[in-house]
Amino acid sequence: MRLSRHHVAWALLALAAIALVAYAETWLSGYERTVIGFAGIYAILAVSLSFSNGLTGLFSLGHPAFMMVGGYTAAILTFPVNRKGFMLPALPEWLATLELTLLPATLAGALAAGLVAVVVGFPVLRLRGHYLAVATIGLIIVLGVVINNANDLTRGALGLNGIPRLTTLWVILGWLAVTLLVCWRLKHSSVGRSLMALRENELAAACLGVNRARSRLIAFSLSACFAGVGGALWAHLLTNLTPGSFGLALAFMLVVMVVIGGSGSLVGAILAAMAIMVLREVLRPVEQAVSAYGLVQIVTAILLIGTLLLRPQGFFGSSEPRFLRPCLPTSSLKGRETPTDGTARP
Amino acid sequence: MLTLDAVEVWRGPSLVLSDVSLRVEAGEIVALLGANGAGKTSTLLTVSGHLRPRSGRIRLDIDGKAHDLASLPPPEIVALGVAHCPEGRQIFGGMTVLENLRLGAYLRRDGAVRADLDRMMSLFPVLAERRGGLAGRLSGGEQMMLAIARALMSRPRLLLLDEPSLGLAPQLVEQIFDVIAEIRGAGTTVLLVEQNAAMALDVADRAYVLETGEVQLSGDAHELAGDPRVREAYLGLAPEGTAGP
Amino acid sequence: MSDAYILQQLINGLVLGSLYALIAVGFTMIYGIVRLINFAHGDILMVGAFSAFAILSVFGFPLWSAIVAVLTLGAILAMMIDLVAFRPQRAAPQVNGFITSLGVSILIQNLAILLLSGQPRPFNLPGWMRGNVHVPGVRVTVLDVTIVLITLAILIALMLFVQRTRLGAAMRATAENPLAASLMGIRINRAIATAFGVGGALAAVAGVFWAGRAGQIEPLMGFVPGLKAFVAAVIGGVGSLPGAVLGGFLLGFAEVLFVGLLPPAYGAYRDAFVFGLLILVLLVLPNGLLGRPAEERA
Repeated sequence: MRLSRHHVAWALLALAAIALVAYAETWLSGYERTVIGFAGIYAILAVSLSFSNGLTGLFSLGHPAFMMVGGYTAAILTFPVNRKGFMLPALPEWLATLELTLLPATLAGALAAGLVAVVVGFPVLRLRGHYLAVATIGLIIVLGVVINNANDLTRGALGLNGIPRLTTLWVILGWLAVTLLVCWRLKHSSVGRSLMALRENELAAACLGVNRARSRLIAFSLSACFAGVGGALWAHLLTNLTPGSFGLALAFMLVVMVVIGGSGSLVGAILAAMAIMVLREVLRPVEQAVSAYGLVQIVTAILLIGTLLLRPQGFFGSSEPRFLRPCLPTSSLKGRETPTDGTARP
Repeated sequence: MLTLDAVEVWRGPSLVLSDVSLRVEAGEIVALLGANGAGKTSTLLTVSGHLRPRSGRIRLDIDGKAHDLASLPPPEIVALGVAHCPEGRQIFGGMTVLENLRLGAYLRRDGAVRADLDRMMSLFPVLAERRGGLAGRLSGGEQMMLAIARALMSRPRLLLLDEPSLGLAPQLVEQIFDVIAEIRGAGTTVLLVEQNAAMALDVADRAYVLETGEVQLSGDAHELAGDPRVREAYLGLAPEGTAGP
Repeated sequence: MSDAYILQQLINGLVLGSLYALIAVGFTMIYGIVRLINFAHGDILMVGAFSAFAILSVFGFPLWSAIVAVLTLGAILAMMIDLVAFRPQRAAPQVNGFITSLGVSILIQNLAILLLSGQPRPFNLPGWMRGNVHVPGVRVTVLDVTIVLITLAILIALMLFVQRTRLGAAMRATAENPLAASLMGIRINRAIATAFGVGGALAAVAGVFWAGRAGQIEPLMGFVPGLKAFVAAVIGGVGSLPGAVLGGFLLGFAEVLFVGLLPPAYGAYRDAFVFGLLILVLLVLPNGLLGRPAEERA
């Protein structure tokens, strides 16, 4: 395999990321590592949301629902058997004796989330625009209620705690790399281009042979899988889960990241996720010092509204940040990448 | 009555009118011709205040007073006596014929609205028949008549008519143009945008030909109808006057 | 299951349906004219409730003044939301407006948390409202009767306004075809602002009653009613005022009967039922019961 410029660029980026994580693992405190961990998980979520919402123009607020599926699935699978009997006495036999490591559990979570997305997606993806958005909010609520009441499996409102703290920064970096790789490859392939065509003009795309329903379902389910991964990693970082862990506030946070980063920009989403996490960490002590609870959300909301008014395409639009140009395969360097109508469509 | 002077209009990133100057005298019918995209509709939208010129002047002289239309909001332009009957009819489909007509008189505060409603009904009998029915159920030709009647309800001094013949059967087109002549006869000035150059030149007093945002030709309607360039480009006739492909 | 029990359920459904109808009508009026789902509608409800709390419990003013104040405040808040969030984006794609209204909703909720604390506070309407009306076998409070009567009065007034007045005609015309309306000399922005104002006033008043029934107020109280009102509007056909009323009452009855007639264990699934219904309606009957095919802005 010839070593072209963009392979070198990616290798350098990977090295930089590895160096950063190594530094963090060695020198930073537990709290700081946890914060960085959550930033990384947010990045995974933001990238996958940017892929489905931004590229395809689907407007889904459903990520938290898929995180619930992925998180609970993985947590139930990794839960130590000896505590399972106590926490979840009514589990079916095969589950009660099962104890997996993080990786297979996360994969199971991703798969479960993807399956739910396919099942739900079939009917729901026929909806357009803001109707789809509200339907996905409904999904969050419905799933929340279901989990709340499936006491045998999930311990209902009490939630699960004492989930083994298996998520490390390395794990997160690994999954972020996978997410980015998959979404990146798809975005810059013919699949990605047909998705973008769908977003710009559905009718024209259909006339060109793009299978609308299938493309939307693929994007939706794939994105849900990664949301499931995010949920699983989250559960094993925070070590507890309740039906209320993933709600509309989280969906809002992700939407803000995607809008600010630029809908369809994968690395833009990562950068925006980092920036927002930094903002939150900076504002949180202020919030507590002045007893001004809600300050973080207010600032975030103002940022969102401001972005939509002044620069609706976000920082990077649908393209990747300029400093990453060396990473792009040369064929996709040219060509219109930003939606011309100022669509935010996170 | 209406004077446009070197008007330049942009719609987003595109230049739609680059240098349009024209004149409409009181009591005339002036036709504005040109191919698709020439800027005819944009001209009317600018006069009625829905597009703003980047440069140039638009002056309306009514009752001895001059008004600068480029700086007025659309409701005030309507109040001055300019009615715009838009391309594609744009009637209120979910409302009744009567309600549509009433809306035409939205800004009027005088008591003669009822009388005008009756006048419209007699001018366009089909509207009288369907007065309580939903406007969206009317046929194309009926909708066109409703649109014109609605515009006339404001008792305009200047009527801007955008493509009245669009999508109508030839028989109906003749009817519509008869109505337009009657409107002028009743004292309303008309600025008519049309792709059907033949009919337009037939009913108009003077005409302008617009091409890519600029006035290319102007003059007496009858003379323009005989102009070889007009005949070839817009009337589909060979230069000698015989019907050609 | 006794007759009295069923009668009680029907009465409860009527009361809940009235509230949903009030909120849904305001919501659909806004949607009809700007084609935007106003996510912050439920939060106007919350502001209405908190304002009533301030006026009644903190300042001790009489009930009627609270209602008037709440109507005014709701209208002003809604018009401000239009001015700041929606008007600058008139030309933008539909989805941008929705996200903006989502942002506005979060903003309002957190401002309330910031300024007033997230803890629920007890809220009680004047004592005479909580008294029972003597109907044999069922429990009906004065509040219940008030809700139904005021809702009916408001809805009738609204219908008259929309159908018989000049401003109402202007609003309907703007909802149908904004360009044509502008050509008639109608001030579009003013028509839209009026729609927001009316919608906001209705939501705020509903908030007072909602809080009165719940017995408490808290900053996030508007989320669920707002969303359910959306469901009601969809059932009836978004953009249709009679549809919103119909949808509101249907949803109210359906929700109460769902909880009342099924075994108690299923009660917790009430919200899931409502949103399942939403998804069903969106898929099977996208224009709702009374709506006309919607044109979507690309």
